[in-house]
Amino acid sequence: MADSLYNRLGGEAAVNAAVDIFYRKVLADKRISHFFDNVDMSRQAAKQKAFLTVAFGGPNNYSGQDMRKGHAHLVSRGLNDGHFDAVMENLAATLQELSVPPEMIAECAAIAESTRSDVLCR
Amino acid sequence: MTRITWQGQRYELQEGETVLEALLRIGASVPYSCRSGVCQTCMMRAVAGDPGEASRHRLSEEQRARGAFLPCICHPQTDLELAPMQDELPIMATTVVSKTPLGDVLRLRLAPRKPISFRAGQFINVHAEDGVVRSYSIASVPTLDDGVLELHVRRLPDGRVSTWLHEVLREGDELCVQGPLGECCYVLGETQRPLLLIGTGSGLAPLWGILRDALHNGHTGPIYLYHGSRDAEGLYLHDELCALEAMRPEQFHYIPCVSGPNVSPDCRSGRASDAALADHSKLTGWRVYVCGHPQMVEETRRSVFLAGARIADIHTDAFTLSR
Repeated sequence: MADSLYNRLGGEAAVNAAVDIFYRKVLADKRISHFFDNVDMSRQAAKQKAFLTVAFGGPNNYSGQDMRKGHAHLVSRGLNDGHFDAVMENLAATLQELSVPPEMIAECAAIAESTRSDVLCR
Repeated sequence: MTRITWQGQRYELQEGETVLEALLRIGASVPYSCRSGVCQTCMMRAVAGDPGEASRHRLSEEQRARGAFLPCICHPQTDLELAPMQDELPIMATTVVSKTPLGDVLRLRLAPRKPISFRAGQFINVHAEDGVVRSYSIASVPTLDDGVLELHVRRLPDGRVSTWLHEVLREGDELCVQGPLGECCYVLGETQRPLLLIGTGSGLAPLWGILRDALHNGHTGPIYLYHGSRDAEGLYLHDELCALEAMRPEQFHYIPCVSGPNVSPDCRSGRASDAALADHSKLTGWRVYVCGHPQMVEETRRSVFLAGARIADIHTDAFTLSR
């Protein structure tokens, strides 16, 4: 697994480097920031870290069912494709800021994209 | 229906109820204080069932391994059997050394009967009469203050414990404490880092301790302290902070802020957090401490993060007032 996407990105250190940048972009993004109001920031940061670990192809045990369960309350508050797209943009912008090569950004985007129907509970 | 088992009896949890609320409803005699998952006074073990991650995520690996959880923020999805923690934090006796009123705030100094290992900015649980417990931040630095615990107790309109500490407790009395807990402390080994301290009301207590701890440990980077209050009387360490600023004018900056209508010329008008962010809009590389009113702490935490501070570099001591 030495050449897995996760290892090529730099593993957990890469996730740690990305999480503050990504979370700051999400909170500053008026299209989606309201989903993060009234949420404990430390817990939220832990969730962002889990998301980035998944997107980076890292070790995780999330099933599609978990994704649905974890986002159902947001879907009932109107979470839709536009919001998902906004997160995808913020993910790409974060990786660009960290000078990740475009082809690896595309790999991360493909992994994140594969969760869309579960996240939106379709 | 989810059920809890306590001392051999089963009880049903009512809709929306926390485990602590259920225990109190059935008349169980259990200690508690903050009701918001901070002070750990009500900590218990789950001997059977799953209390859920939300009630455990702030506990140490060791506590979690022993099944510990916090009943005050626990909404279990499974039936639970509860047991008290076997080695809860020991209760330690102290002697009240001095009581100094500073407006609405009481500066309370306690000498532990046996030395207690603590750091400025941590908090301790004070056991008042009738077994009522409240958490207070530590404003003293052990090596500078002979191991004495200094607490700043603001008098609250209907505060049982604060009123008791202000009016009934006497110098020379014994007072029992538990702790210390918390990690809102000066971080050693980064003396050049700029520090931003923002506090409202008696949220100044940990900041006063952190400030003195930083200077005592040879901090050389700039330190800005914003203390906010509704009126000038609430700026209860004004003279001491001005004196400290006069001694280190290049390094330490004290910015008193008054949010009410009567602003004296030497104070800023408005909220402390607004003033701090207006002066420091870019906080990349800063370490930030925010203490005081819980809502202010949450809002400010977000603002300083958006201004560039890393999450790991933002320290808070939000105490939710007990209902």
